[in-house]
Amino acid sequence: MGNLVLMASVFAASFVIGYLLISRVPPRLHTPLMSMTNAISAVTILGGILLFSVETTVAQKILGALAIALAAFNVVGGFSITDRMLKMFHKKEPPSS
Amino acid sequence: MNIDLIIQPIYLISAILFILSLLWMGHPSTARRGVFAGIVAMLAAIGGTLFEPGMNYTWIAIPVVIGCVLGVPLAMVPLTAVPQRTALSHAFGGLAAGLVGASEYYLSQATAHHSLSGFEIGALVAEVILGFLTFTGSLMAAGKLMEWIPTRPITYKGQNAMNLSLLGVALLAGVLLVIFPTWWFLFPIIILLALAFGVLLIIPIGGADMPTVIALLNSYAGLSAVAMGFVLDNKLLIAAGALDGSSGLILSIIMCKAMNRSFTNVLFGAFGQVQASSGAVEQRTVKSATAEDAAQIMSAARSVVIIPGYGMAVAQAQHRVRELFDELGREGVDVKFAIHPVAGRMPGHMNVLLAEAEIPYDKLIEMEEINPDMPETDVALIIGANDVINPAARHDKSSPIFGMPIIDADKAKTVFVIKRSMNPGFAGIENELFYGDNTLMLFGDAKAMLTGIVQALKE
Repeated sequence: MGNLVLMASVFAASFVIGYLLISRVPPRLHTPLMSMTNAISAVTILGGILLFSVETTVAQKILGALAIALAAFNVVGGFSITDRMLKMFHKKEPPSS
Repeated sequence: MNIDLIIQPIYLISAILFILSLLWMGHPSTARRGVFAGIVAMLAAIGGTLFEPGMNYTWIAIPVVIGCVLGVPLAMVPLTAVPQRTALSHAFGGLAAGLVGASEYYLSQATAHHSLSGFEIGALVAEVILGFLTFTGSLMAAGKLMEWIPTRPITYKGQNAMNLSLLGVALLAGVLLVIFPTWWFLFPIIILLALAFGVLLIIPIGGADMPTVIALLNSYAGLSAVAMGFVLDNKLLIAAGALDGSSGLILSIIMCKAMNRSFTNVLFGAFGQVQASSGAVEQRTVKSATAEDAAQIMSAARSVVIIPGYGMAVAQAQHRVRELFDELGREGVDVKFAIHPVAGRMPGHMNVLLAEAEIPYDKLIEMEEINPDMPETDVALIIGANDVINPAARHDKSSPIFGMPIIDADKAKTVFVIKRSMNPGFAGIENELFYGDNTLMLFGDAKAMLTGIVQALKE
């Protein structure tokens, strides 16, 4: 029960911190923000990994492996496209042009 | 030694870094540091988890490599395709959460000592419902964004009642499963209902509402990670999932506000079905102009405000816009961009496209800031935007977009509208701006028209 309260507190605190931080993000960064939080939500990869710390059937292993592949896809893809977009944000004229 | 003494501190560091990554995302100058913090946080999360005893590393390494190899090319898509890529990632994220949930459930069925408590079953049901509905919902959204599926809202009688009862049945089945854990046959039914609900939820939503929907699906993906955390007793999953969940929620609220619409209206309103009263408007005539006329008027102007919309993205015209920006700048014209929060197909879409074309971000002005300047503006140039500049939103109570904040393009001394034809915009609403006394229509493809204007300016 105590653990449940702790988990609920972690959820509430993170939600509030997220709310405060995201409200500060200017609209011009909303697209990179979304692709980054998309990468962060791929933290579900942990769930897939944890499936391999216990005895499972082959079918469960395949489901878990598929989940890991999908989440890894989002981690790599999400962070790299975010960085790619952010590289393009310049305040001043780039010297080359 | 208790392995938790290693794992939990690593998780704590990871959670702090995730929070810092969002903090740094708050400003363009620190945003890339934010991405770096996010990557380190994720590596720490994965690394810490690998300390769990009994890990089968081969089974983990192979899918990680496959995911990474496929993930890199899909991060290289053109920026006009970012909305559909994001929707596709949400689909993958939802599916991953759903699959882990299904696997966990059958694992608990197979091993007696691993049986789940009622609370854990409830969390598991929430995880698979959110995961699988995010999966099909996001696939539908991606399909609409790629125009593989008609982007117009598809409605039929009793649609909302059917969708809600479908979700109701899924939730009821979940409650029953908590009360009667031996009724294992309910589990696949819940999955099927969630998959169907995801599809039906997106069918009535039109392309113009995609910014809200993508943000909402982002939130669901995060919340399914939270539910997974409750099932697995993993506080890092809860923390990171909650950050994502609140982010998606805030973005969708911002999008709703920018359209002066409620959540329920976006999800169940089937925007665009309403036909505005167009009888009186049809008689009016529009004035059209050529690229040369536009070039002449703009080069004589002191200030030009460019208002981009989804049409600029479709025509991939952002680089031509950049040339126009350069050319007018050379002639001493002050050029700014007015960005409506819901212009495009995802939050911030226009900013990213213009950043790609290397337009300095301090030239991109938000709606509230630019509107007071519009009456002093010599020329407003509208490229592929429609509803976000429709003055009917200010005064016509019968218009479906009445009350939506708009960019006051009509207040500029001269208004140019680049548009393919006189067909009404996405929402099917007549736009009286096109008939204004100070409005000149530039009919044609946005890219070709802009090329023509730049050409004329150079001569």
